[in-house]
Amino acid sequence: MELTGAQILIKLLKEEGVKTIFGYPGGVVIDIYDELMKSDIRHILVRHEQGAVHAADGYARASGGVGVCLVTSGPGATNTVTGIASAYMDSIPLVVFTGQVPVHLIGNDAFQEVDIVGITRPCTKHNFLVKRTEDLAKTVKEAFHIARSGRPGPVLVDIPKNVSVTKIKYKAPGPVKMRSYNPTCNPNKRQLQKVLELIKAAERPVIFAGGGVILSKAPEELTKLAKRTQIPVTTTLMGLGAFPGTDPLWLGMIGMHGTYRANMSTAHCDLFLSVGVRFDDRVTGKTDTFASQAKIVHIDIDPTSIRKNIPVTVPVVGDCKCTLEELNRMLEGVDLGDLDKKRKPWLDQIQAWKDTKPLAYEQKDIIKPQYVVEKLYELTEGKAIITTEVGQNQMWAAQYYHFDKPNHFITSGGLGVMGFGLPAAIGAQLACPDHIVVDVAGDGSIQMNIQEMATAVQCNLPVKVVILNNGYLGMVRQWQQLFYDKRYACTCMEHAPDFVKLAEAYGASGFRATKPEEVESVLKKGLSTPGPVIMDFVVEKEECVYPMVPAGAPITEMLLV
Amino acid sequence: MLDADKHVLSILVENQPGVLSRISGLFSGRGFNIESLCVAVTTDPTVSRVTLVTKADQMIIEQIKKQLNKLINVIKVHELTGSPFVEREMVLIKVHAKPEHRAEILRTVDIFRCKVVDVGAEHYTIEVTGTEEKLDAILSLLKPIGIKEIARTGVIALFREPK
Ligand SMILES: Cc1ncc(C[n+]2csc(CCOP(=O)(O)OP(=O)(O)O)c2C)c(N)n1
Ligand SMILES: [Mg+2]
Repeated sequence: MELTGAQILIKLLKEEGVKTIFGYPGGVVIDIYDELMKSDIRHILVRHEQGAVHAADGYARASGGVGVCLVTSGPGATNTVTGIASAYMDSIPLVVFTGQVPVHLIGNDAFQEVDIVGITRPCTKHNFLVKRTEDLAKTVKEAFHIARSGRPGPVLVDIPKNVSVTKIKYKAPGPVKMRSYNPTCNPNKRQLQKVLELIKAAERPVIFAGGGVILSKAPEELTKLAKRTQIPVTTTLMGLGAFPGTDPLWLGMIGMHGTYRANMSTAHCDLFLSVGVRFDDRVTGKTDTFASQAKIVHIDIDPTSIRKNIPVTVPVVGDCKCTLEELNRMLEGVDLGDLDKKRKPWLDQIQAWKDTKPLAYEQKDIIKPQYVVEKLYELTEGKAIITTEVGQNQMWAAQYYHFDKPNHFITSGGLGVMGFGLPAAIGAQLACPDHIVVDVAGDGSIQMNIQEMATAVQCNLPVKVVILNNGYLGMVRQWQQLFYDKRYACTCMEHAPDFVKLAEAYGASGFRATKPEEVESVLKKGLSTPGPVIMDFVVEKEECVYPMVPAGAPITEMLLV
Repeated sequence: MLDADKHVLSILVENQPGVLSRISGLFSGRGFNIESLCVAVTTDPTVSRVTLVTKADQMIIEQIKKQLNKLINVIKVHELTGSPFVEREMVLIKVHAKPEHRAEILRTVDIFRCKVVDVGAEHYTIEVTGTEEKLDAILSLLKPIGIKEIARTGVIALFREPK
């Protein structure tokens, strides 16, 4: 069978089960687009390549699969970098195809030539430049394999124009075999035995879960472990939904904007059972004092995450799901004693922390952003997929929307990319057409990828954008208020578009609430209006996110309301 | 860097373009240090061996090894330090060789069992192979005579086989 590179690519995409691609065409990828249009793969034409990558990210997270992008060389490729870097930090499986100038022009400073493999080397799990059509099929297979196995991540494949045009005799590639890449999935049993002993001995244990639990599809196993052992659970921002947010054992999120009880429990526990986390500085604060009374267990598939920031008592390298399954199995025959009695003092202490310092705000004359999120939670019965922008809006969404299920909270955690939420919502909506998908946004962030409203309208995707409009780059303003004597240098958005009219200009619907009593009706109207909707909530301008741990301080030193 | 010890790593990698920049990018991006680095193909033409010398404390060297292993094109990372291994380095030294100094230079060459590989009107080029310490020693002896320029290879090393 004689096939061109473009035909081979589409064939391989179908074999990988790709149903949706996010992209933007250009000169060197026309041949690929030409073939793509003949296939039944759905192509979503975004309005900016950054949007394509965030959309693929949202799609990957909501579907639990791999997100795929296709863009042109040069500026098309460089526009993907922020999206790729965000997916890399959050370990999201993506395959990004970039066009490249023909091989004979590489290195000549040709029109729209850029060394995208060089540029993205530090922010991809791996990347490839395909120099011969003969290598394309094998490379595509390896790219998908690398993206979704082990600790997932984005993989970039750069395809020169001549590689997609050239016709060759096609030979199907065999199964992927890479001598240099074999991630460890099964945990070491002896290490797990040590974990078991620590669980038995612990009096004040805490489970600490992260995005890895969601990525390895292990929330059920985690929940089972927590219930069996009656150990309370906290998660990172990326881990929200790995454990039910309405369960009595739920401590709330940990870290800089974590709950009082989560941070206090971490400081006072004697066993800190960490699963699928990487001890980011926004979690640990000052590392010397972090969980300093505890024996620390760290389960992760990526050995580099272990002992990178925090010394560990028992390291376990393995896939979270395999490891938790094995741990649950080992626990089956074990007598843990009278757990109700054994845990009571610890759980009582946690309850006391919760009662004295709950998450709180006061709704007076002006709309409080927290109130909007709380109402959104009520009206959607906690079932919506929430994407976020970055800043205060992101933290309020994390604190006041309670996630019972994984893959329902989609946020740019590690990189913190403003402009992530809207395209991510588009991707999530495509993966889950029957879900309500809401982007909880800030007035600053939403303007960074607002052009994707056109994508949502064109594809008739009913994403809902809830803007918590405080007229500020609120999170930066908060730091200025608290640590820079209220010197609000360049954080006041003195001019912003009329978001309602803007929605209408895009062919979407727009609503606005300016008073607390309008919040519920605007949310109801917005959520029930078909098609994409922007809801603009004019909120308290100088509200702060609490609790807050100043950067680098111990996480027990929380500023509270 | 306090208590930063020298570590010799022997890294087998896929012999492909870009692999070296992945390794050097890893070191620069994460603030690790490279004292020296040598790369060449092994007897298997698809595999290259990188010998890398770095200075790091215990926690950092553990990260370095894990991070190297995580690179997709890296096949195997061995730390040689801590087990018996042989290490060699080569240097070419171009030294000013005025007539009144020639005898002394040749005596030094003799003592160090190295050789003169190029002779000019005003200079000798000397080839020296040995441990880093040996190279440092001959360099400091020749320095007063006047070294014009040098080229050092950096360390290459292999485990010693059990006797
Ligand atoms: C692309 C990008 N640029 C700058 C920042 C730094 N930053 C973090 S939060 C924030 C303010 C965001 O403002 P807004 O979207 O209005 O959200 P708010 O905090 O007011 O809810 C800024 C500028 C960032 N995270 N991302
Ligand atoms: Mg704002």
